[in-house]
Amino acid sequence: MANPLKCDLCAKPATVHLTQIVSNKVHKVDLCETCAQVKGVTDPSGFSLADLLLKASLNPDTPAAGGRCEQCGFTQSDFKKHGRFGCPTCYEAFKGVVEPMLDTMHKGTTHTGKIPQRAIERKSIYDRLTKLELDLTEAIKSERYEDAARARDEISQVKQTVPSNPKSAR
Amino acid sequence: MTITSLIDSPSELTDAASSKTAIVLMTRIRLARNLSGTAFPGWAKPAQREEVLRICRKAVAATSPMKRSLNITVGELSDLEKQILVERHLISRELSGAKGGAGVVISKDQAFSVMVNEEDHLRIQVLRSGFQLKKAWNAITELDSALEDHLDYAFTPTLGYLTACPTNLGTAMRASAMMHLPALVISNQMEKVVRAVNQLGMVVRGLFGEGSDASGSIFQISNQTTLGESEGEIIKRLHTVLQSIIEHELNAREKLLEADAGKLFDKVGRAFGILQNSHLLSSGEAMNLLSLIRLGIDLAVFPDASRSVIDRLFIEAQPGHLQHAQKGEFDPAQRDLLRAARLRSEFANFVPPNFSFSTNGKN
Ligand SMILES: [Zn+2]
Ligand SMILES: [Zn+2]
Repeated sequence: MANPLKCDLCAKPATVHLTQIVSNKVHKVDLCETCAQVKGVTDPSGFSLADLLLKASLNPDTPAAGGRCEQCGFTQSDFKKHGRFGCPTCYEAFKGVVEPMLDTMHKGTTHTGKIPQRAIERKSIYDRLTKLELDLTEAIKSERYEDAARARDEISQVKQTVPSNPKSAR
Repeated sequence: MTITSLIDSPSELTDAASSKTAIVLMTRIRLARNLSGTAFPGWAKPAQREEVLRICRKAVAATSPMKRSLNITVGELSDLEKQILVERHLISRELSGAKGGAGVVISKDQAFSVMVNEEDHLRIQVLRSGFQLKKAWNAITELDSALEDHLDYAFTPTLGYLTACPTNLGTAMRASAMMHLPALVISNQMEKVVRAVNQLGMVVRGLFGEGSDASGSIFQISNQTTLGESEGEIIKRLHTVLQSIIEHELNAREKLLEADAGKLFDKVGRAFGILQNSHLLSSGEAMNLLSLIRLGIDLAVFPDASRSVIDRLFIEAQPGHLQHAQKGEFDPAQRDLLRAARLRSEFANFVPPNFSFSTNGKN
């Protein structure tokens, strides 16, 4: 071949070519002899293609775009270095990096499994409060005092239904 | 409960009542969970890790399966104790190497363990002997829901449970079975099986020894992807794959017996002889010999009741357990002596092989 494939993990010419089908999606991995050995690809007892794909998508040659997680200070180059995120909020901050990765890594890109009921409950109440507080400010600003009074009543009602917050119970 | 009493009481894995299944030794499910708005363990500052450890240990201890559990920090464990917990699959190697602010809560029967500040804030695990994916799932989801009453999990409707590594997103569930596949190993079919299983989105790993060294013909098969399918769907798919591996193993045994039963029984008989008489046994060799005896039990060379003895010895021949039983630390050469002595005494009272039944039965 005129233009031999390069190893996905380092720049050496690739000699081991793997194809795996995960849920009807074909994933190709090209590795050099050394990386194939290190990754245990030639070992019949198995290797994790997901880990491999993750590392390959973290190729240090592709420049890291800026961006930083407000919550924990994690940067995109930190992610390239560790292959792990800094905190749950990082998934929001690095959305652009995560989304294309998920498609190659998983069966789908949307969660269809278990939902933590309490967390969802707390979140919907929180969202409702945020919206009501916004309504209240708007109403006051535009001098709609009846609306403001209604919003204030609703806020105090919603606040009473808040399930015990584990963080305040610590 | 103290670490000493936990180590000296039987675990789910070494429980005598458990070893009725010929091929699937154990089912295990693990869930990764994290606290919302809190840095993941690998990025958290020491003080944050300590805080997460404190909150999580308290929450875990408050759930009903974890009443009277062992609740301990990694720092309180000696190297040998850590090794024993790793050998029993109760903590990971990664957790045993944690520097600070890490811990584990282990239920009295050693069926549940919750690691705190491993790669994720919580790694919840359930072990069930035999092929029991459904039961294991029911047990772990109940514990998980109980924990959720006390903890604010990081979760989004689209990405599911948020984990430090994006390969675990979604259900954040790893379901696995530990399988004994000696005939597939003897007939050189493991590579083919691994490839086929990989194509179905499952991962195969050797269980004993470091990395992918598969001594004892024991393999762990687990799901690779966690996002885009529900827990039920993943478990169903894994179940189908495991069922088909069981069929392949049984076919391989049948073929080995048809082709040359004498050769197979020779392996089993020799393994018995070595276990009764050898004076030096490495961990890898011991695993392989025990594996052949277990195969012999499945082929009715030894009585069914002996299977639980082998499953216990699989664990007790590991370096940590061996040193604990001898109350001391020994270098690898001394351990090989001790291991052989231990197995000699164990096999001195073992019901001897009866080859007539098995050969007659197959002809
Ligand atoms: Zn390479
Ligand atoms: Zn972050």
